[in-house]
Amino acid sequence: MSDVRYAMVIDTRLCVSCKACVLACQAENDVPEGFCRDWLVEEVSGTFPDLSAENRSERCNHCSNAPCVSACPTGASHIADGGVVLVNHDKCTGCKACIGACPYDARYVHPDGYVDKCTFCMHRVKDGRQPACVEVCPTACMYFGDLNDPKSDVARMLRTRKHKVLRPETGTDPNVFYLV
Amino acid sequence: MNTNTAEIVTTRHNHLIDPHLHIWGWEIPAYLFLGGMVAGILILTALTALRSGRNPGSRPLRLMPMVALGLLSLGMAALFLDLEYKLHVFRFYLAFLPSSPMSWGSWILVLVYPAAFLMGLTLLEPAERTAVRMWKPWRMLGMTGWVDRLFAFADSRRRGILIASLVAGACLGIYTGLLLGVLGARPLWNSTLLGPLFLVSGISTGAAFMLLFRPRDHEHRDLVRWDMAAIGAELLLLGLLLINLATGPQTSQAAAQLFLGGSWTGAFWALVVIAGLLVPLVMEVLEQRKHLNPTAISAALVLVGGISLRFILLMAGQESLGVF
Repeated sequence: MSDVRYAMVIDTRLCVSCKACVLACQAENDVPEGFCRDWLVEEVSGTFPDLSAENRSERCNHCSNAPCVSACPTGASHIADGGVVLVNHDKCTGCKACIGACPYDARYVHPDGYVDKCTFCMHRVKDGRQPACVEVCPTACMYFGDLNDPKSDVARMLRTRKHKVLRPETGTDPNVFYLV
Repeated sequence: MNTNTAEIVTTRHNHLIDPHLHIWGWEIPAYLFLGGMVAGILILTALTALRSGRNPGSRPLRLMPMVALGLLSLGMAALFLDLEYKLHVFRFYLAFLPSSPMSWGSWILVLVYPAAFLMGLTLLEPAERTAVRMWKPWRMLGMTGWVDRLFAFADSRRRGILIASLVAGACLGIYTGLLLGVLGARPLWNSTLLGPLFLVSGISTGAAFMLLFRPRDHEHRDLVRWDMAAIGAELLLLGLLLINLATGPQTSQAAAQLFLGGSWTGAFWALVVIAGLLVPLVMEVLEQRKHLNPTAISAALVLVGGISLRFILLMAGQESLGVF
């Protein structure tokens, strides 16, 4: 295992829920029609007229303590280099234990039978490129990089900005962070 | 989620995931029910044979381990139907992953089959053994010698085989509960109490299933006593589970609400608690106290309760996330 810990940081104050990340992902990863590996959530809080809204681009959290990996009976779901959670299609039986285990409902059954989800676009990252969603974002609200590298954008953002993770009570130690 | 959240809008609409999880249909609760019942049958048969040192007096009970194997195979067929990538089913047996209850279950099933089969052989009476030996396929294949050797092996290791069946049955019963109990993402399921709950429910439904075959009087009495004890334990565990949920964190309290006023309240209390546990318990107590003629109604109700428990827990549990 390498020392790299890939992470994504998303600025909820810049996100405008334009859906470009969703479409870019679908095109890049040939996501079957009707499915998505990333999606948008708009959470409105308060009582009219005192409202505040938070826009989030959500996806697999590539948890360091991943319940999907623990639940997988065949080793298909695994933590790959860089701490990225991936599914080996050849080992997947489509038993759906990982879907039941994921607190983020980030997985789905691909029409071909295996379970599919966000890969942090590792095929692009290996070539030194950014994930498709990050590259396309028109407000530049998303950052991707190595959390263990203090000079990376993600490490810098988390040092300097208030942030949160989703469903922290489930103890999954996510690697997708939201600036608030 | 903030407590003052007014509205959540999501663009995600993945099949089987949204608006709430429904990845598992009838196949999984059917398997959980059959697996639990088989666990109960194996445990009760092995315990009875171990305690008395004799084979059951009535033929249906002697044949029960073989019937259990048939039921378990039906359950496994349901499991197979649930797999989305059926050609990869062999992958379960190319790995053992200790953190995955499903992996444990796959290997427990491998242990259950030979243990139950050998127990089934050793329980047979001489006339039944002759019938097995004379079965045409064995003779045609020239395998009668092998059958004799299997009988001899089963008899020489009788005690060990009965204990192995008891342990395999207990593992099977507990694991069917832990399969759901370890899923921290679903608050309704996320309790290890589901392990013993499914085990005692399996013992209760196993006893009820055996009661349907009109065993002899003393066997009937013993099975009814086992059933009453298991129903009592099941009521206690269900109560503890609900208290655990209702006094837990916000997500657990929301899960408890599914049974305490929410959408599954009527089905849970009517089918599982009243029709499946309380009514048959009262009927069995009256039958024992007043020496009434036994009927199949209480056993049938226990089976309905066992099926309902698994269907309702599985369906309700898939709704028990509630936040994006």
